[in-house]
Amino acid sequence: MKKIVIIGNGISGITAARHIRKRSNHHILVISSETNHFFARTALMYIYMGHMKYEHTKPYEDGFWKTNKIDLLKDHVEQVDTDSKSVHLKSGDKINYDMLIIASGSTSNKFGWPGQDLKGVQGLYSYRDLQTMEIYSTETKRAVIVGGGLIGIEMAEMFLSRNIEVTLLVREKEFWNNVLPLQEAELISKHIRSHHVDLKLETELKEIIGDGNGRAKGIVTDKEENIECQFVGLTVGVSPNIQFLKGSKIETKRGILVNEFLETNIVDVYALGDCVERKYELPGRSNIEQVWYTGRMMGEVLAQTVCGRKTKYEPGPWFNSAKFFDVEYQTYGIVSPALKENEEEFYWEHASGVKAMHFVWDKTSKQFIGINTFGIRLRHECFDKWLREKKSIDFVITHLAEANFDPEFFTRHEFEIIEQFKMKIGNRQIVIGILPTKK
Amino acid sequence: MKYIKTLGLILFITGFAIFNFSFFWASYTLTPEIAKEKITDSRKAELFLQLATDLINQRTASNFTFVSQLNKIFENANESQVTKFAITAHELDQLAANNDKKFSLASADFVFKGTDEVALFKAKAFKDYGSWLEGQSFSSQDELKKQLQNVADNIKNYGIVNQFGFDRYQIKDLKYSLAKASSLSPVKDNPVLFIFLTIGLCIIGALLYILPKLQLPPGIKNNGIFFNVMKNVQWLGILTGTWLIAFYIILYFYPEYITNGVTLVDPVSMWLKNQEAGRFFLYGFLYTLCILVMGVRMMINYRHSKYQLLRTASVMFFQTAFAFLIPEILIRLNKPYFDFKNIWPLDYGFFFDSRISHLVDSGTLGIFMLGWGIALIIVAVPVLVYFFGKRWYCSWVCGCGGLAETLGDPYRQLSDKTVKAWKVERWMVHGVLVFSVVMTAGVIYTYWTKSSWFLFFDSYKLREVYGAFIGIGFAGVVGTGFYPLMGNRVWCRFGCPLAAYLGLVQRFKSRFRITTNGGQCISCGNCSTYCEMGIDVRWYAQRGQNIVRSSCVGCGVCSSVCPRGVLNLEVKGEEGRFGKPILIGNNGVTLAE
Repeated sequence: MKKIVIIGNGISGITAARHIRKRSNHHILVISSETNHFFARTALMYIYMGHMKYEHTKPYEDGFWKTNKIDLLKDHVEQVDTDSKSVHLKSGDKINYDMLIIASGSTSNKFGWPGQDLKGVQGLYSYRDLQTMEIYSTETKRAVIVGGGLIGIEMAEMFLSRNIEVTLLVREKEFWNNVLPLQEAELISKHIRSHHVDLKLETELKEIIGDGNGRAKGIVTDKEENIECQFVGLTVGVSPNIQFLKGSKIETKRGILVNEFLETNIVDVYALGDCVERKYELPGRSNIEQVWYTGRMMGEVLAQTVCGRKTKYEPGPWFNSAKFFDVEYQTYGIVSPALKENEEEFYWEHASGVKAMHFVWDKTSKQFIGINTFGIRLRHECFDKWLREKKSIDFVITHLAEANFDPEFFTRHEFEIIEQFKMKIGNRQIVIGILPTKK
Repeated sequence: MKYIKTLGLILFITGFAIFNFSFFWASYTLTPEIAKEKITDSRKAELFLQLATDLINQRTASNFTFVSQLNKIFENANESQVTKFAITAHELDQLAANNDKKFSLASADFVFKGTDEVALFKAKAFKDYGSWLEGQSFSSQDELKKQLQNVADNIKNYGIVNQFGFDRYQIKDLKYSLAKASSLSPVKDNPVLFIFLTIGLCIIGALLYILPKLQLPPGIKNNGIFFNVMKNVQWLGILTGTWLIAFYIILYFYPEYITNGVTLVDPVSMWLKNQEAGRFFLYGFLYTLCILVMGVRMMINYRHSKYQLLRTASVMFFQTAFAFLIPEILIRLNKPYFDFKNIWPLDYGFFFDSRISHLVDSGTLGIFMLGWGIALIIVAVPVLVYFFGKRWYCSWVCGCGGLAETLGDPYRQLSDKTVKAWKVERWMVHGVLVFSVVMTAGVIYTYWTKSSWFLFFDSYKLREVYGAFIGIGFAGVVGTGFYPLMGNRVWCRFGCPLAAYLGLVQRFKSRFRITTNGGQCISCGNCSTYCEMGIDVRWYAQRGQNIVRSSCVGCGVCSSVCPRGVLNLEVKGEEGRFGKPILIGNNGVTLAE
């Protein structure tokens, strides 16, 4: 029985802890300074909007941890000493470990803007961020959000739910155009505007102006426009939270460097989740992936390694999802913002402007590469299988109805999509015989 | 938009205030004509009138005074009849003296001599109530006297009161019908005007409050629910719950205090079935209106989901047509009252002898109704649950479900999701199912054998206990009154025996399940929070496991509120329904444990 210390009680650390417990009798201690218990960070916005209380965001009842013999400690790790195999806590305590798992997550990016440390200027990542956002919201009439990504749009939705006006500054040509192809980015931009967000595209933050009492009172854009506001949301991405490892022997670059077994350069020290940077490449994927699902998968994998069954982190086909106000988004495989040379595409958009699908495949081999879907739910299992089996675009289009995951009675669009596909792409040798079947 | 909403709120509160106030807005004048009409036994009416001289043709300003005076009159009437007809101590002594070792009923004839009413009654009653004494021997005269006294007491408490006085059921009915007939109020003078000022204003106000939501873009808008004093068990929610509980208790146990409310809907009842409204007509009318108005709200809130639109339309239709209009029209046509969608054991009185006899006596239609009701139990429930899940009933057809899904929708997030609550739920709901089966077995036994004693209980007593505690207390008072306190499905989840039956079929033999979408769950908790049945949906979703739970009513809200498209209500082959958790993620990692 070894003593395993896990830093961080987010999805990565907790998944590792749970799966280690399932597979072993090791002593597990999870240290976090954020909250007493694991909660779903993804639900922070819903607490603010009053859809849920903090209590509802905890996936496991408080008694779960004791029942499963996972010890929890609320404290902050300030230093890791790999020589003496110990961590030093803010409370002054020192805790020894046999194995250390670092799952310390991210911190919000700040790019050195003047005024970025004023009150009322922040990102949204942690529970603490939510609390400060709550505090500064009370006097906020307008908020400026910097950054057109997933957290930015969440923040916009949050403020609107409290009748706070929102200006959203986006560097790209359209919202999230660094990830989404232009068609979809335009669709979402339109949708954002329909919710009365003042969306400023191709606009960046120049500086934040204080009110003389340490609180933000406005911003200036790179186009020299002054916008009065009481809150500035900085949602320009997150970076691995590795400050506390400075001075330790653990090798880091932008994140904690790990190999395919999630091992760091130090024996018995592992890292996973948002805070890691893979030393090895995975095709089509960034070396730092700050996504809920990758954190969860790494946790599952690492638990096996820790319990003696060495397992590589080799995630299957990429997938992700999000919700932009009322439009749900899912993606399977890789749809790049700009079509690559070897790629061909088909984009379908429904007349309502809130449903769309974007297919990408290889020009020559016709192998299906990826899909973005908006307003229509698709079955993960189907696409995971089709991507693994390297199915052709023709196969995917033909079998699209099978992958539909919309609730019963929802209007089905496969027929329209297939017709348009035939018209735009041509019939080639495909036989599109299977039409949407009724379940 | 804001002004229209505020106006709506003001109108609703005004209408609601007038509605509540109207209960007290009457004076009462009892005339001999009313008494004679309502007390059908002319001798009892006579007796009542003799004792009611203080009340007759006198104006009483409040229903509290009026009812308490009625109580006194009934009490006096019973007392005077008891004095007149009770077997005296002297007569008991005589009876005892006339019997030495073995008791003979014939001795009564010596004691109760004469052909006057009193003597005849005493003789007959003594023989009926004391029949078991025949041939018994007693160790002493004292012992005999004790038994005789018992017989005399029973005659006093039951025989005399039933035959010559007013028993408690009759008193309850009479208090209500006398109060309703005697009341003089603006409501009675202008019922149509008052329907408008109460129910009408409430409906208009509610719609004005609800309709502006159409201006918001379609989609889930649960903003501010947990800051809301109505929807988060704060003062307004607690107040609303208290009002509902009080309303139910008064409706069932003290209807004599709300006769004005019933008078209010007389015109509707006259129009529909050409009869004055009863208190349950008032209840049914309000119930249906709540489902309709709040159904509009539900439809607006979930208008992006065709599933929710159709489902809500369905509960609105079944309540209006099946639960409200058709039974009333049947009555107008002089046919038996029958709700074609109500199923035993939710409809726990279905096998009561009075109802079966009534149906059997009503000819072909009555027999058809009886057959229909039984077919629902043994054919429709298992077959439809197999193909669609229990939702076909619980969230598409049922009246309780209909109210929960419309009026109760604002409170769905208040259900308890803990494992402990789940445990309590299983014990309670199946306990009620067993209770209802045992109770009904007793009822049927009594119907065939005419004997009220079944196994170890009195079937009449048991059905009364069931009716009071489950039928009224649980389904009514707790079922609706607890909406703002414990969520909108307290009855369905913890108490409904039909839901338990449907649930057993759903759990073990059905094509229905909620599927989860691979690895897409982000554990946010919206699904669990908005599950009205308190199912911790997330627990399954985040491990990629099908949700197969007996309690799931298939409302589909978990799927609607999921921001990542993870949950879907599906019917397909039974194979793999109880599949192991599948999380799509890393190659070569299996999670099945």
